[in-house]
Amino acid sequence: MNINKNEEDAKMTIALEGRLDTTTAPLLEGELKDSLADITELVFDFSKLEYISSAGLRVLLVAQKAMNKQGSMVFRNVNDVIMEVFEVTGFSDILTIE
Amino acid sequence: MKQMGTAKELTVEATVDNLNKVTSFVEEALEESGCPMKAQMQINIAIDEIFSNISYYAYQPNTGDVTVQLEISEEPAEVTITFIDQGIPYDPLSQEEPDTTLSADERKIGGLGIFMVKKSMDDLSYEYKDGKNILKMKKAFR
Repeated sequence: MNINKNEEDAKMTIALEGRLDTTTAPLLEGELKDSLADITELVFDFSKLEYISSAGLRVLLVAQKAMNKQGSMVFRNVNDVIMEVFEVTGFSDILTIE
Repeated sequence: MKQMGTAKELTVEATVDNLNKVTSFVEEALEESGCPMKAQMQINIAIDEIFSNISYYAYQPNTGDVTVQLEISEEPAEVTITFIDQGIPYDPLSQEEPDTTLSADERKIGGLGIFMVKKSMDDLSYEYKDGKNILKMKKAFR
């Protein structure tokens, strides 16, 4: 999985490419831990993300909890497979999907 | 003679580092069988959930093998994947279902993986036989 980060003042866009699974979720977790501190607007661009397993959901949940305290977090370009994962798990009620 | 299906088997050490190996093994065979992309991605997710569970818990604190048996039939078009390990007896299907209505702050991730597998596969079964955990999942793809 590739993580492409774009930061503009307090806004950060993270575009993920590939698969957010058990082997790659720790990469995203580490990246977020290092860079969320002063961010008030977090955008995930999933146009090139194929799927998410529960290991990936766990990291997104941690990010959502952090952003609930310090700003906003939205998801863009979510594909069918990922949307179904969000819906089945109830994550579609917790996350903001545009 | 017309080939009516595929049956293959892969044995690897139960460690998450081998997840990609197992996923590729199944993916290559599914691609040849004309399995639609969406079903393939759902199968990949299910492999992640089952294989990582076995890797983390089955042989703790030691290690051991997992055998992945793959069967693809054409009529009906479906794939059956069987995970076999010789770790501690554990039926993942007996896990309590997670509460998917809680807020972000109340949420726990435990149990979510198996729940996703239950929702995306057409059939799941577990048995413990001859010292082996045998988990079978089936998905129709047409």
